[in-house]
Amino acid sequence: MDLLKILAIVGSGALLFIVVELIRRGRLKEKYSLLWILSGGVLLIFSSSRDVLEYVSRLLGIFYPPSLLFLVAFLFLLLITLHFSVVISGLSEKNKHLAQEMALLRQQMQETIQKATNKLDVNG
Amino acid sequence: MKVLVIVPAYNEEKSLPGVIQDLRESIPLADILVVNDGSKDATSRVARETAVSVLDLPFNLGIGGAVQSGYLYALRNNYDIAVQFDGDGQHVGKEIIKLLHPLEAGAADMVIGSRFLIPSAYNTPVFRSVGIWIFSFVLSRVMGTSVTDSTSGFRAANRSVIEFFARNYPDDYPEVESLVLLHKVKKRMLEVPVTMRGRTGGKSSITPLRSLYYMTKVLIAVLIDLMKKVR
Repeated sequence: MDLLKILAIVGSGALLFIVVELIRRGRLKEKYSLLWILSGGVLLIFSSSRDVLEYVSRLLGIFYPPSLLFLVAFLFLLLITLHFSVVISGLSEKNKHLAQEMALLRQQMQETIQKATNKLDVNG
Repeated sequence: MKVLVIVPAYNEEKSLPGVIQDLRESIPLADILVVNDGSKDATSRVARETAVSVLDLPFNLGIGGAVQSGYLYALRNNYDIAVQFDGDGQHVGKEIIKLLHPLEAGAADMVIGSRFLIPSAYNTPVFRSVGIWIFSFVLSRVMGTSVTDSTSGFRAANRSVIEFFARNYPDDYPEVESLVLLHKVKKRMLEVPVTMRGRTGGKSSITPLRSLYYMTKVLIAVLIDLMKKVR
């Protein structure tokens, strides 16, 4: 076994382990972990079996099989960051709605209090 | 007709009392709503002292989010017409009536007060007027009607547009982008000539230096809006 292979297996194995551990401890939501688990899994498969790596490389016309690992890792990172952008956009939209609702509620509350106080003043 | 005047204000403690007094005198039957967009100064207190309704946003949302809050308020409190009126004092209260006429006659769904329909002495910085000209050109082409003052924040909307803006209001460059969105849902827009003042306080968010950058971003935003799904 060459060094690169060992490094690749240890690396992708560690990634998978960390992701699963984060989910187990409740620090990462399952919803956001799917792409991470998938990328860890695919990388682990490619790094542990030279045959699979070489087969897929030949299929894609990649001359140097280990560079397939980098390609896969890069594509997954791209997907994950895109996923984050989508999530952040959703969050900022929800954040805006919350702020607006809060302002509307506060205004309504103050108006209600005002009316009640006025009524008290009139009645005595 | 129940009319609401939405006054978005960010750090406008100095100009706000004058703006509200102007509104009270020129359109006494309308209700006034100040949307304090997370100001760091006494905007909220100053507004409350004049006994108008105030929406205090918990943090700064930007002009788009602030104005949309106003439309949400208009929607839930059953206003027939909502007028957008800047808190910095550049809009003139007695001009509002010009915006209301076409709405009341049913001639348009939204009426925009334009500075440029009749040539006037209104002084715009050169950079900005070039930008405004380009927007006008692009928007006129896109929408098939002439738009002379797409960055004007002085507008009045009827109930159908209030409902639409409460759901969809752009965040980034709302004056220009909202026109594109309204065009996509086939709302009728109309420009009427109005006069505006120079600013009485505060600072414009658009400096000459940022104009070119601003323009490019707005044009890209408009292109994206054209592709967007709206309901």
